[in-house]
Amino acid sequence: MRTFVLADLLSLFIALQWTVALVIIALGFGGPLALVLALMRTSGRRALRWTAAAILQVVQGVPLLGLLMFFYFGMPVFLGVEMAPLVAVGIAMTVYTASFLGDIWRGGIEAVKHEQWEAAACLGLSTWHQFLYVVAPQAFRMALPPTVGFLVQLIKGTSLASVVGFVELARAGQIASAATFQPLLVYSIVAAIYFALCLPLTLWARSLEARLNAAR
Amino acid sequence: MPLVDIRNVSKSYGSARVLDGVSLEVNEGEIVTIIGKSGSGKSTLLRCINALERIDGGEILVEGRSVRTDMPKLREFRQRVGIVFQAFNLFPHLTVERNITLAPVLNKRITRGQGRALALDVLERVGLADKIDAYPAQLSGGQQQRVAIARCLAMGPHLMLFDEVTSALDPELVGEVLKVMEDMARQGMTMVLVTHEMGFARTVASKIVFMHRGRVREEGPPAELFANPRTPELRSFIASVR
Repeated sequence: MRTFVLADLLSLFIALQWTVALVIIALGFGGPLALVLALMRTSGRRALRWTAAAILQVVQGVPLLGLLMFFYFGMPVFLGVEMAPLVAVGIAMTVYTASFLGDIWRGGIEAVKHEQWEAAACLGLSTWHQFLYVVAPQAFRMALPPTVGFLVQLIKGTSLASVVGFVELARAGQIASAATFQPLLVYSIVAAIYFALCLPLTLWARSLEARLNAAR
Repeated sequence: MPLVDIRNVSKSYGSARVLDGVSLEVNEGEIVTIIGKSGSGKSTLLRCINALERIDGGEILVEGRSVRTDMPKLREFRQRVGIVFQAFNLFPHLTVERNITLAPVLNKRITRGQGRALALDVLERVGLADKIDAYPAQLSGGQQQRVAIARCLAMGPHLMLFDEVTSALDPELVGEVLKVMEDMARQGMTMVLVTHEMGFARTVASKIVFMHRGRVREEGPPAELFANPRTPELRSFIASVR
């Protein structure tokens, strides 16, 4: 047994990098996928709409912990593929992000009045241009506050990766706590770091909401 | 050859027949005003001319070409037929200039400078050149509707459709929009409009079309039609709007 020293604090900050990396991976891969799902969900083609709806329903019905377990423990059993923790966690976070952001962005697209599509079509714009220049910018504004709100969920959600042995902030906290036997101190520091990460985002989301409501 | 030739067009929503064998010709330079009670099918007919609504039977020819929602070159066609809506439908996130130049920039690949000049030109025609950098929310309803008209003019349309464009406006703002439309009429633009403005229909239209229950019941020059309505439906309609 030893006391909590600067090296332990340093190990938390090193692990924090992995927390941030997970968020970047989840957004980097999950974001584009979310856009595809949102477009499918609002498409004129029934097959696309239903496929996207089914994916969203299934993924949203499973807790993030379940997704992590499935990709880390399940894949080797079902497919015989051994997965590195980073890969399994990355895929799980990506799928999770895609389904929730997909739904948030679908809401944004649907909140833009149908007449906007129509007016753009009447000016001879292609369907893609109608979306890109007329609908998407308006949908983006409406979806931005909930998107930032989800980002906060995502940051906190990465802590679940600790259960499959992936060393991010929460797991590093467990390790430091076990080594120093000072759980209260260590976990307080861990919580403070999460809080420091999420607070600016929460404040930003709130100010965005106020500004966008005022502009209406 | 008429610019717009509507031949025996029919359309139903489920079991409701909204257009029931409508035929109508619009010649170049004509101002055709469609009047009738709400639900008579007049807005639907107007939207069919621009392929915004699918027709179930008959045919609509514009400049000799059959108009269908799945017609080839629909986008090019729409650039030649401007439509102005009751609710303006400007793009709220774009300035007046960008509202006007978005389509020309994307479709005709004009430059920014050319776009600004084009926007100024069409805004001058609706008397709003000073609002080029404003956002739609900063304009009155009448001004927004004039920008919507300018946005269509920027496409250089051969035909303009107006769907109850003054119905959403406060009474004191109706005049400025009608004046712009009168100017366009005087300059020879072919126009088809659905309106409740009987004064405008009377003074500006070259032909009035009265629709009732999805059919054209009467058509003719305004003076004649208003003075001697032949059907009881038109008689009661004229009495109701007076």
